[in-house]
Amino acid sequence: MRSIWRTIDRGLVRDVAALAAAVAVVGASFGALAVAAGVPVWLASVMSLLVFAGGSQFMVIGVLAAGGTPVAAVAAALLLNLRHLPFGLVVGDLLGRNRAAQLLGAHIMIDESVAFAMAQRDPQRARAAYWLCGITLFCAWNPAVLVGAYLGEAMGNPADFGLDAAFPAALFALLLPQLREPGPLRVAIAGAVLAVAATPFLPAGVPVLIALLGVVFALPLPKKLERAR
Amino acid sequence: MTLTTVLVLAAGTYAIRLGGVLLRERVAVPDHVRRLFALSAIALLAALYATNGLVDGEGFAGWARTLGVGTGALLAVARLPFVFVVIGAALTTAGLRLVGIT
Repeated sequence: MRSIWRTIDRGLVRDVAALAAAVAVVGASFGALAVAAGVPVWLASVMSLLVFAGGSQFMVIGVLAAGGTPVAAVAAALLLNLRHLPFGLVVGDLLGRNRAAQLLGAHIMIDESVAFAMAQRDPQRARAAYWLCGITLFCAWNPAVLVGAYLGEAMGNPADFGLDAAFPAALFALLLPQLREPGPLRVAIAGAVLAVAATPFLPAGVPVLIALLGVVFALPLPKKLERAR
Repeated sequence: MTLTTVLVLAAGTYAIRLGGVLLRERVAVPDHVRRLFALSAIALLAALYATNGLVDGEGFAGWARTLGVGTGALLAVARLPFVFVVIGAALTTAGLRLVGIT
């Protein structure tokens, strides 16, 4: 492990820290929302520790608050988390065959840790970025949920700080270096368009999976087009 | 919400996460399929970016968020450091909401 940490530079730490600050504010707002919805503080904390997938945690509270059944709430949340399955195929490469690394590493698999890993050029740095981002955000999310649960409404709304714009922007910044080649660029555009187009018709979580079809746009160009360029 | 709800969600989520990781280990794949996995992740992240930037629930997320996310994207294209991209997006959206644009 020691050699992994040596590949972490100050720039990476700074970038992860910026994201951790934003995650902490959202975590606190989750804690406040959960308590306002009648969830005991300890249960909100247990949920954050064991589930550690913010979107699905908000989803469960939201569906239950809207009068949905627990089964409907969990089903909707799991649908939202289904994207972690294809993420796992990429992360599996980083975690290697060490069983402990696989078991621990799987739990810190979130959009941000995957995006940070994929933004790195060499595998060693990708592995370091994955662990650094995953562990840091886990350590930012969980205490923040507890703080928010106690602060309650005094927390304010994270939308007032524009944090709902910060996370997509962060994903874009991490994605951008991978889009220099035409293949990945076409896949990204196709994926984004497919997901947005499917959103009005499908339950949350599924449009993002539809985006996987965008991969076909990486297929080699027809010979004629290649020559024309 | 009960403890059972939380435990079922936690178990399901962890199974999904670990499932991909273990699947990757079990199946030996040639290099071009590995590249396909990486491309899948790119498609997913791009889709998350676009849907989270444009959509809230089932409707339009509003101009404040969309313009904030767009500002962040411009800052990233201009090669500003990551921290500036994140803060620039948040400040734009927060500022627009402060002046009443939602």
